[in-house]
Amino acid sequence: MNRKILHNADEVIIVENLTKKFGNFTAVDAISFEVKRGEIFGFLGANGAGKTTAMRILCGLSIPSGGKGMVAGYDIAHEQEKIKKNIGYMSQKFSLYDDLKVWENIELFGGIYGMKDIDIKRKTNELMLQLQFENERDKLVKSLPLGVKQKLAFSVAIFHNPQVVFLDEPTGGVDPITRRQFWELIYDATAKGITVFVTTHYMDEAEYCDRVSIMVDGKIEALDSPKNLKNQFQATNMNEVFQQLARKATRADS
Amino acid sequence: MKQLISFIQKEFRHILRDRTTVMILLLMPIIQIILFGFALTTEVKNTEVAVLVPTNDEVTDRIVDKIHASAYFDVVKNIHGTNEIETVFRDGKAKLVVVFENHFAQNLQHTGKAHIQLIADATDPNAANSFVFYAGNIIAAYQQELSSQGKEGLLIQPEVKMLYNPQMKGAYNFVPGVLGMIMILICAMMTSIAIVREKEMGTMEILLVSPMKPIYIVLSKIAPYFVLSCINFATIILLSVFVLNVPVAGSFASLIVVSLIYIFVSLALGLLISTLTSSQLAAMMISGMALMIPVMLLSGMIFPVENMPTWLQWISNFVPARWYISAAKSIMIKGLGITSVLKELSVLSVMGITLLLISLKKFKIRLE
Repeated sequence: MNRKILHNADEVIIVENLTKKFGNFTAVDAISFEVKRGEIFGFLGANGAGKTTAMRILCGLSIPSGGKGMVAGYDIAHEQEKIKKNIGYMSQKFSLYDDLKVWENIELFGGIYGMKDIDIKRKTNELMLQLQFENERDKLVKSLPLGVKQKLAFSVAIFHNPQVVFLDEPTGGVDPITRRQFWELIYDATAKGITVFVTTHYMDEAEYCDRVSIMVDGKIEALDSPKNLKNQFQATNMNEVFQQLARKATRADS
Repeated sequence: MKQLISFIQKEFRHILRDRTTVMILLLMPIIQIILFGFALTTEVKNTEVAVLVPTNDEVTDRIVDKIHASAYFDVVKNIHGTNEIETVFRDGKAKLVVVFENHFAQNLQHTGKAHIQLIADATDPNAANSFVFYAGNIIAAYQQELSSQGKEGLLIQPEVKMLYNPQMKGAYNFVPGVLGMIMILICAMMTSIAIVREKEMGTMEILLVSPMKPIYIVLSKIAPYFVLSCINFATIILLSVFVLNVPVAGSFASLIVVSLIYIFVSLALGLLISTLTSSQLAAMMISGMALMIPVMLLSGMIFPVENMPTWLQWISNFVPARWYISAAKSIMIKGLGITSVLKELSVLSVMGITLLLISLKKFKIRLE
């Protein structure tokens, strides 16, 4: 298994035997997978299965203890700064800066990713139209409802047109209708060629993914399209698939 | 560069939206200057005294012995000319100089009258008042003693002179203290809270995933508080010059240099606190415990460092405000130049660099 990983234009994420140890504890245990350009990749697992740790490594926030990988064409062990320029990130906890206005938040993140002022202005106008947000433009983010905030947060995360966007439980606490709208935004993003890497606890959302991996105790136990997984586990929906796999878990909630 | 500018812009927006905090930060120095303008009592204990005795005789020996024997004073130096008085004060060798007139005992015997001059360093006016009062009492007691021995009608006349602060303005002493406190409060406490807030809100995670350099995050956090400190510095100086009529006796440029170094120490301290804590509340508690109390009590702002027990004096060496206040006093009140506060400057610089190195090392680039 010492094959050298080369950047492949069709695969935005390539991971081979990725391992992360904290002392004696192996949080991520030699996982391997590939994510294709423009794909929606669901990254599932119970709490404590190691998905957050794996995702942090992919985002350049943590250095792997073993294995190798490429994200957006850059090595995860040595080229974190380059990776950071080419990815977007959004987590459930993040809901933009509450005391900044909508356009100020957009301008800030455009600036952080080194976008030109003209581009920021033009894209902000486009985005306001697309989200039907013209009236909210000058409002403080804290005055917006949670669902709207999350939609805005996603739009900000892909504002600089990254190759891949990482979504860490993006719809936590959001009502079903807004969740549906949120997923429409995700589809729009993939139409623009942005790859989506998403973790979620909602199994109905897992059905929307092109492919799904399920992590149990640091290992990937299943990886395929939702349809194939349901066939493989003889289940009627993703929830049953998940239950069958998660039952084997020995690790408690972290 | 664009990154940094966008981020600094954001920090200013955060602060300007938070009207209450800005008002508190801007009004605090004004209120404190007024509050601390009131006098506080100071205890006198083992204060260093220098004596100038042009003609040694029985009477002068007795008086010097009595001063030395009291719990209030220690006679540490004999000087031989009026030109040395200034040096003794500037070097901090003594707080009080007792000057006897020529042929003291002869004058007392022949004319029934002799003069003593008590010259005090009134940089700290409350203390100076007490020194003179106690010394006057000792002399009066000696006079009583002479009368009881049947030598009535002899009069020793003390004449009091306050150096550096002839009008005994209490504010003289508090202006540097308030400067020292306000700046450490704003730079250290507010900076640490601002950084920790991002951690608590989860936005720090987003910043760490972005290509934003950590040093930029730190610099932009510091920028608005730096501006606020400068405004406060100006307010305090203006208040002290135009309202309290306390001029800056020394060079204004030196005062600014010292203050900038002190601001640097405070910012480094704030950064360190932010790396040690993960909640705003904890940052506030640490700032309160580790900064406010030592600055108020151990810096010489309220209680003179010389009057503290030795172990507290030793601890006070680690309080940056102590060095700043001492330097600011020398420049603002005694009118000394930058060369006379080199010790304070170097202590502050070493503190700043050490704190900065520790905190940059601890400032986590990655989340784990």
